[in-house]
Amino acid sequence: MKTLFDKIWDAHVVTTVKDGPTQLYIDRHFCHEVTSPQAFSGLRARGLKVLRPERTTLTADHNIPTMGQDKPIRDDTSRFQVETLEKNARDFGLTYYGLNHPKNGIVHVIGPENGYTQPGMTIVCGDSHTSTHGAFGAIAFGIGTSEVEMVLASQCVLQSRPKTMRIHFEGRLAENVGAKDMALYMISKMTTGGATGYFVEYAGEAVRNLTMEQRMTLCNLSIEMGARGGMVAPDETTFAYLKGREFAPKGERWEEALAYWKTLKSDDGARFDKEITFNAAEIRPMITYGTNPGMAIPVDGSIPTLDEIEEAGRGSFRRSLHYMGFAPGEKLVGKPIDYVFLGSCTNGRIEDFQVFANYVKGKRKADNVTAWLVPGSWQVREQIEEEGLDEILREAGFELRQPGCSACLAMNEDKVPAGKYAVSTSNRNFEGRQGPGSRTILAGPLVAAAAAVSGKITVP
Amino acid sequence: MNRNIDAKHIEMEKFTTITSTCVPLPIENVDTDQIIPARFLKATTREGFGDNLFADWRYDKAGNPKGDFVLNNPTYKGEVLVAGKNFGSGSSREHAAWAIGGYGFKVVVSSFFADIFRHNALNNGILPVAVSEEFLGELFVSVKGNSKATVTVNLQEQTITNNETGKSESFNINAYKKECLLNGLDDIDFLLSNRDKIEAFEKQRVYSY
Repeated sequence: MKTLFDKIWDAHVVTTVKDGPTQLYIDRHFCHEVTSPQAFSGLRARGLKVLRPERTTLTADHNIPTMGQDKPIRDDTSRFQVETLEKNARDFGLTYYGLNHPKNGIVHVIGPENGYTQPGMTIVCGDSHTSTHGAFGAIAFGIGTSEVEMVLASQCVLQSRPKTMRIHFEGRLAENVGAKDMALYMISKMTTGGATGYFVEYAGEAVRNLTMEQRMTLCNLSIEMGARGGMVAPDETTFAYLKGREFAPKGERWEEALAYWKTLKSDDGARFDKEITFNAAEIRPMITYGTNPGMAIPVDGSIPTLDEIEEAGRGSFRRSLHYMGFAPGEKLVGKPIDYVFLGSCTNGRIEDFQVFANYVKGKRKADNVTAWLVPGSWQVREQIEEEGLDEILREAGFELRQPGCSACLAMNEDKVPAGKYAVSTSNRNFEGRQGPGSRTILAGPLVAAAAAVSGKITVP
Repeated sequence: MNRNIDAKHIEMEKFTTITSTCVPLPIENVDTDQIIPARFLKATTREGFGDNLFADWRYDKAGNPKGDFVLNNPTYKGEVLVAGKNFGSGSSREHAAWAIGGYGFKVVVSSFFADIFRHNALNNGILPVAVSEEFLGELFVSVKGNSKATVTVNLQEQTITNNETGKSESFNINAYKKECLLNGLDDIDFLLSNRDKIEAFEKQRVYSY
C-alpha cells in the first residue's frame, strides 16, 4: 500500500546512493531569469550541453516591469539579466517565453495553463513556489541554482526522500472563504517550520471541492510551512482542466495518460508519517499581522497577546510587531492601509480576478489606496478582457498592469514605500519583501478587494 | 564513487575541522529575504553577495552601517554564524548561501534549518549544523559572556564542541554529502558519472511524459 507521493517518487528513482540521497529523474524543468544565469555559466565552465533540452522551459517573470513591456527594460542590470536568459535559451536550444510573448507570464501560472504541468510528473524550478504544480498530483518542488545546473546537465537532482504528511480538510468552507484563507489558517496552526522535512498531501471534502486554481493556491503556500511540497490527488476536476490544453496529451495519448493518472492516489491504508485534520467550516477570511505567513488571524480577530506566545519566541514576536507597527492583543479591522496588490503565483489567476472584480463591481477604489492589479500571465490578462472584467475594474477606478511577479518580491519598480501598509494576495510578508521597510498584510483576493474599496482592513 | 567523467571538474574547497569564534544572531525564522533581499538578486554571477548579507538589518537607508547589528559590531568575528530556530526559511534563492559564504562564514549553527537553504548551503561548501535547543541556548550564553568563546566543528567525527563549556554534541549529515564536503566534490560530477543509468531509466519507464 503506497501513498500518492510514494507512487510518483518510486517511478522516478534512477538510483539511490548508499547512505545518501536518491537520484531522481525530472520530467519538467522551468527556469526564470533570476535563479538560472549562474547555472548556465556553470555548464559553460564545464563544457556541458543541456542533456534533455525539450524538458526545460524558460520564462522571464521576476525582474521585469509591469508597465511598458514593449520598451526596453530601463534598469540596466535587470535588462542584462533578462537578456542573459534569452541568450542562454538560444545558446542551449531551449524554449523561451520572453516579454510580450503570448505565453509569457509567471512560471507557476504558465506551466499549468499551457498543459505543461501534468499528474504524476516530477517538476522543479529554481523557485520555492514550484510547490504550486503539486495541485495536479505531481511531485513539484523548488531547488537552488546548483541544482538547476544539475537538472540542465543530467535531467536529475539528488534528493533525500522526505517524510510524508496528509492534511485533511473535513467539511465545507463557508461562502466567503477561499483557498488562501485555508492556507493561512493552516500555516498559522502549523507554524512556518511545522512541515519542514515533509511532503504534504491535501485531502478531504473541502479540498476535493476546490477548483484547480484554488488547489494551486493551497499547494503554492505549502513551502510557507516549510514543506518540501504539497499535492492533491488528480481527479475529474484535474482531468477536465487539462483536456485540450496545448501541451497536454491528445487523442490516444490522452486515453493512455488518463488510465495512468487514475491510478495516482493514495491506497486505502497507506501509511503517512503524520496525519493532521482541520475542520474547514471553522475557517474564516484570514489576514496576517506579522512578518511571516504563520502569523495569521481571522480578519475580525485579535493579534495574540504576549502570554499566548511561547517564551522562546517572544523576542521574535515583539520584533515582528514593532516592524509592523502593531501591538499585542490589538484588532486589525478598521486599520487604514495604503496599497493593495492583486497578483503573484499565489493569487494571480483568472478566478482571483473574478473574485476581486465581482466585489468591486459598482463600487469605487478608496482614494487613499494605490492598487496594483497584475495578472499572472498574458493569457490571464486576455481572459480578463474577454470576460469584460477589465471594464468593471476600470469603472471602479482600477488599472490593469502587465504580467510578472511584480510587488510580490519587488525586484522591479513595484515597491511599497517604507512604513506603508500593503494588503497583498502574494505569499510572503517578510520584512522588506515588498520594498525596504514595507509592511505586508497577506490576504486572499476577496479581503484585498474589500480593503481596496474601503481603504482599511475590512471583513468582506 | 566513480568520478570518471568527460566534463571539466570544478574544484570546491575541502571542508576541514574548524575552530572559530562565533557571530551570534539570536533571531528565529531568519528568512532568505533577510539574508539577501530580492533587489540584490539581479547579478548573473555568484560573486559579491557577501557585501549585502543581511543588508536591511546591516545598513540604514543611506547605506551606513547600523551600529546595533551584530555584523557591524567589531567584538564579534569568526567563520561560524550562530542563529535562532528555523534558519533560512522562504525563498529558494541560492544567493543566500552565496552571501553567507561570500561574507566568510563556513558554518551556520541553528536548532533547525529550512530544507532548501540546507541543500543550497551544502552545495556551496557551507556546513549547516543542527544542534539541540539546549546546546544552542548555551552557545548564545557563552558567546554573550565571552566574545572570544570558540566552537570546534569536526565534520569527520560529526561533532560540534562549545569550547567554553566543553560540551559536545553530534550532528547529522548524510554520508554522501559528508564525503563531498571532505573531498571538495560536487553533485554534478556524481550525476554525470551516472549517465548510463539515466539513459537506462528513460528506456524502461512505465509511463513517459
